[in-house]
Amino acid sequence: MKILAIETSSMIASVAVATKDAILAECTMNNKKTHSQTLLPMIDKVCDMLEMDIAQMDAIAVAGGPGSYTGLRIGSATAKGIGLALNIPIINVPTIDAMAYNYAGSNKVICPMLDAKRAQVFTGVYTFLDGKLNVIKEQMAADIKDVIKMLNEIGKEVIFLGDGIMPNIDYIKNNISCQYTFAPLHLNGQKASCVAALALEYYNAGKFENAREHLPNYLKLSQAERELAEKKGNNL
Amino acid sequence: MAKDVIILAIESSCDETAAAVVKNGRDVLSNVISSQIDLHTLYGGVVPEIASRKHMEQINQVIEQALDKANVTFDDITAIAVTYGPGLVGALLVGVACAKSLAYALKKPLIGVHHIEGHISANYIENADLEPPFVCLVVSGGHTHLVNVKDYGEYEILGRTRDDAAGEAFDKVARAVGLGYPGGPKIDKLAKEGNPNAIEFPRAKIDGSVYDFSFSGLKSAVLNYINSCEMKNIEINKADLVASFQSSVVESLVTRAMMAVKEMNTDKIAIAGGVASNTAFRDAMLKACKENNVKFYRPSAIYCTDNAAMIGAAAYYDYINGKRSGLDLNAVPNLKLGEK
Repeated sequence: MKILAIETSSMIASVAVATKDAILAECTMNNKKTHSQTLLPMIDKVCDMLEMDIAQMDAIAVAGGPGSYTGLRIGSATAKGIGLALNIPIINVPTIDAMAYNYAGSNKVICPMLDAKRAQVFTGVYTFLDGKLNVIKEQMAADIKDVIKMLNEIGKEVIFLGDGIMPNIDYIKNNISCQYTFAPLHLNGQKASCVAALALEYYNAGKFENAREHLPNYLKLSQAERELAEKKGNNL
Repeated sequence: MAKDVIILAIESSCDETAAAVVKNGRDVLSNVISSQIDLHTLYGGVVPEIASRKHMEQINQVIEQALDKANVTFDDITAIAVTYGPGLVGALLVGVACAKSLAYALKKPLIGVHHIEGHISANYIENADLEPPFVCLVVSGGHTHLVNVKDYGEYEILGRTRDDAAGEAFDKVARAVGLGYPGGPKIDKLAKEGNPNAIEFPRAKIDGSVYDFSFSGLKSAVLNYINSCEMKNIEINKADLVASFQSSVVESLVTRAMMAVKEMNTDKIAIAGGVASNTAFRDAMLKACKENNVKFYRPSAIYCTDNAAMIGAAAYYDYINGKRSGLDLNAVPNLKLGEK
């Protein structure tokens, strides 16, 4: 069983290859080049270094959202193309769940957050029970003030990680009432190895889809759709 | 006999998700187009984020359908082609990412194609005798280009619009008279009931290149006419209005096309792009070409709209000329014609 994992939900592009026993390779880039220019060359390099052919993969795992809409589409469209070409399934791993996996085994509350613009973050709340990921609050788009309120109510020590911290750092510091830490650099960003590790569990649980069905989970409507809905007076 | 070159082509630059299988550049084995027009009509125009999301939903099935209808499998495909610009960047990226990963996983050559080059090449599909050099007038919602096609893959832009594309002017005028989106086909239909000489609209004169176009002055003249009628409480004859507008656009297009054909010393002219399916434009071109003894080429309506067969046609000539794209191919929203 070999899985190629792709993570392009923010500025970071990350690729990993995993078997059920090991992460064979992982490559993570965080620079100016677009995912469109880096992702496939990275996949090619990783396979090349492993002396492995892409056709040997049994499944493609992708961080399927939320995140940057364009980033998600590049990752998912790439997965859809490979899945179609090789007729292999896609494992859609929730981005925020995979980020929480950076802290697998921790006894703290884990709160990953990605910048969702307009004072919102893509976030979720997690703990680990007996080494297993335990979802307290499923991934969502939320106002930072609601997130902090929720964490204050839980009242346990929190670890924050992700690019959603920086735009909201003052608000967090001024309003959180429980103990907290911000992740160090090496644990702050998304990693394809975490996507792969979770994907193996998903795969074993039969949670995968074919390449045609696979779509990113944006968690938000487009701006035009939101405005149209507001005009119509719908509560979305 | 050389082996057939069978290209799987993908196009997602705006609001159609399309895939096609094309044999040897001119033989279309399948041409699948999934249009999003109904979705964007709600917003009065194409919404980029919605277009990109819709492409994601459609891309794989459109490709699978194209293969099915052509009765081929990936094993039969020689190369993968994809539009990489110009267009909406988010929309282009879906096609580009999917095409690149297909090419990579299938170990097939990848060919990035310029969208306008595709429109021009649409003329090869139904005209076995058409070969460069010829002059081509590409007219659509996003583009108005008068191009000297010197050879396969070799283009000289003679003229372009200074402001609005011709199709954009159609959309804006249609919206102003309440016809809705997309404006082109609606104006075309209504104009048939109107008098094209009823209202005298300006024909743009432009400094500089004699081949350049301008449609924003005309569009403003139409809007001013509507406003002044409303102020004076005069009822507007919409059919006359759009017929007169259309005739002004068509005249600008045809005059420059005929000028170019004479100057380039060719006897062949082609048209392409969405507006090339406008009946008044086709009729006027046909008439002018007959009078000037010029051979006139135009694609069927299905190859005028955005489609992938035209991308497959263009890619074939790139393929036999040895042009290939790398795995780092990016979407280029403002890609210039002739750039590689």
